Amino acid sequence: MKRRGRRAALYTALAAAAIVAPWLFPSYATQFAFLCLMVVFAVTWDMVGGQMGYNSFGNILFFGIGAYACAVVQRDSGFGYAPGFAVGVAVGACAGTLAAAVLGPGILALRGHYFAIGTLGLGVAAADIAAGWHYIGAGSGMTTPLFPGAIQDRAKFFYFLLLALAVVTFVTSRRLYQGRFGLVLNAIRDDEGKAEAMGLRTTGYKTMAWCVAAFFLSISGAVAGNLVGYIDPRDFAFAGSTYGVWMILMAIVGGRGTVWGPVIGAFVFHITQEVFWTYLLGWQRVAMGLFILVVVVYFPSGIVGSLRTRAPRPGGTEREVLPERAVVDPTRRQ
Amino acid sequence: MMGNLMLLLDAPGLNLQLLVDGVLVGAIFALVAYGMALVWGVMNLINVAQGELVLLGGYVVFFGTKAGIAPLVAIPVAAAIVATIGWALYRVVIYRVVERDPFSSILATFGLSIVIQQLANQLFGADVRTVESGLGSLLVAHGMLTVARVKLLAFVSAILLGSLLVWFMRATRLGQAIRATAQNSRAARTLGVNTDRVYAATFAINGAICGAAGGLVAMTWMVHPYAGLGYTVRSFMIVVVAGLGSLGGVALAGAGLGIAENYAGFLFGAEYQTAFVFSLLVVILVTRNLWLKRQRRYLR
Repeated sequence: MKRRGRRAALYTALAAAAIVAPWLFPSYATQFAFLCLMVVFAVTWDMVGGQMGYNSFGNILFFGIGAYACAVVQRDSGFGYAPGFAVGVAVGACAGTLAAAVLGPGILALRGHYFAIGTLGLGVAAADIAAGWHYIGAGSGMTTPLFPGAIQDRAKFFYFLLLALAVVTFVTSRRLYQGRFGLVLNAIRDDEGKAEAMGLRTTGYKTMAWCVAAFFLSISGAVAGNLVGYIDPRDFAFAGSTYGVWMILMAIVGGRGTVWGPVIGAFVFHITQEVFWTYLLGWQRVAMGLFILVVVVYFPSGIVGSLRTRAPRPGGTEREVLPERAVVDPTRRQ
Repeated sequence: MMGNLMLLLDAPGLNLQLLVDGVLVGAIFALVAYGMALVWGVMNLINVAQGELVLLGGYVVFFGTKAGIAPLVAIPVAAAIVATIGWALYRVVIYRVVERDPFSSILATFGLSIVIQQLANQLFGADVRTVESGLGSLLVAHGMLTVARVKLLAFVSAILLGSLLVWFMRATRLGQAIRATAQNSRAARTLGVNTDRVYAATFAINGAICGAAGGLVAMTWMVHPYAGLGYTVRSFMIVVVAGLGSLGGVALAGAGLGIAENYAGFLFGAEYQTAFVFSLLVVILVTRNLWLKRQRRYLR
C-alpha cells in the first residue's frame, strides 16, 4: 500500500513536470518535443527488439511511411490545416500498420543475423526508393503546410501531441506486457522453437507486435514531419544511420526488455546527443559512433539491467533481463 | 522503362555488353564477399564495416596516385595499410564482441562503420573521388562491345587474389590454423592453436582483401564516405546465396549480382540502382527463408 502511494506521488510529479515544462523553459519546447519522440522510438523498438528478441535495424521504415503518408494527404486533400493534419495522421497510422502487416510474415520469419541485416536493407531500400520517386518529391523531399498560429504555440502544440503519444505508447506497451501477449513475446525471445511447439502461433504474434510498434511509430512520423516542416528522404524520414540506430541505442542504454529502461535510455541518450551536438560540432557523428561502440562493448545490459543485477529486488524481479550469452573462455585475453 | 526493354530485345549487342560488364565488376563484389565469408565462417561475426574497409582502401589508392605512385603499385600498399587497420580494429574493439551474441557484434561493427565513414567525411571531405587509370577501352568484335581496360584489370586481379587466398588457406600453417578454428574453435584451442591470434590474422587478411578491392573500386567507379554500406550488403547477399566457404560459389554469385545490377540500372535508371540492390537483399533473404520453411527450417 505504501509503495503504491509513493508510486502515485511519483507519477503525479512526473506529469506535473511534463505539463509545466514548456512554460518554464519556452525556448526548449521543441527539444522537449523531440525527447517525447525519442521515448516513442525507444519504447516501440523495445517491443520487438527487447521483449521479443527480434533486433530490427529497419523500424525507421514505419516512421518514414507515416511522415510521407501524412504529408501527401495534407498536400493533396485540400482540407484546412487541422482537418488535413488529423486525416493525415490517421492515414499515416493505417499505412504504417498495413506495411508491417504485409511485410511481417516474410521478414519476421528471418532470425538472428539475417533478420538484422534484412531489416537494415529494408530501411535503406525505402530511403532510396523515396529519393527516386517523383510523386513524393524525390530527392528534394516534401514540405508540410505551415502551422497556422504563433511560433511559440506551434512548439507547445507539437510538444503536447508528442507527449500524449509517448504516454499512450508507454501505457499501451506496459498493459500489453502484463498480459498473455507479453508472455508470448518473451517466450518467443527465449526459445521460439519451444514456443511454437507449445502451440503458440508465433508468426501471428510476431506480426502483431510489429504492427503495434509500427502503428505508434508511423503516428510519431506524421507528427514529427509537421514539427520539422521538411521531410528529407535520407536525413529525416528513413534516416537509418541517425534515428534508426538511436532507437536501438536508447533501448540498450536504458536496458533492453525492461519496462522503464527504454524511457530512461531515451532521456539519457537525448541529453548526451545534445551535448555532442553543442560541444563537438562537426565531429558529433564520429562521437556518436564511438558512443555506440562503448555502449555495446562495455555496457550491454543497460542502466536498468545493471541496477537489477547489482541490487536485485528481494524475492526476485517481475521479469528477467535478457541473459548475456557470453562464452566464458579462460584461454582468451581478458 | 518499356522503351529500354524494347531496346534490349532489339539489340543483342547491348545484352552482351551488359553481361560482360556484369561479370567483370562481379569479380570485385565476389572478392569483398570472400573476405566477409572468411570472417563470418571463422569468427562467426558479420562485419558491417566491410564496405568502409573497402572505401579506406580506395582512399589510400586515391591519395597514393595523387602523390605520384602508379595505381598498380598503390593497390598492394592499400592492402597492407588496410590489413594493419583491420588488425588494429580487432585488437581494440572486435576481440571483445567476437564470441558474444550475434546482435552485439552486428551493432558494434555498425558503430564502427559509422565512426569510419564519419571520420572519412571529416578528414577527406564528402567529395566523390575517382582514380584516373588512364587505360582507356578495348573495342571487341568491330566495336559491338566496349570493354574498359580498368574493368578487365579488376577482373584479372580479383581472380589472382582469389587464387592466392585459396593457396594460402590450403598450404600455409596459418591457413590451416584458420580453417581449423573455423571448423571448431574449442577443439582448435585444445590442440594448441592460439585462436585469438588466428582471429586477429583473419581480420587482417579480410582487411587486405578489402583494401585491394577498394583500390579496384576507386579505379572502376568512385569512392565516397557514405558508399560503404552498399558493398557490405552486396557481400552479405553473395554469401547468403553462395554459402560459407565455397569460393567458386562466391565467384558465381558475384557475377550474377553484377549482371543483375547492370540490367536493373539499365532498365530502371541509375537512380534506382542502390534501391534495387537493397530490395534484392530483402527479396533473396525472404524467399530463401520461405523455401527452407517448407522443411520447417530457417536460415541460420
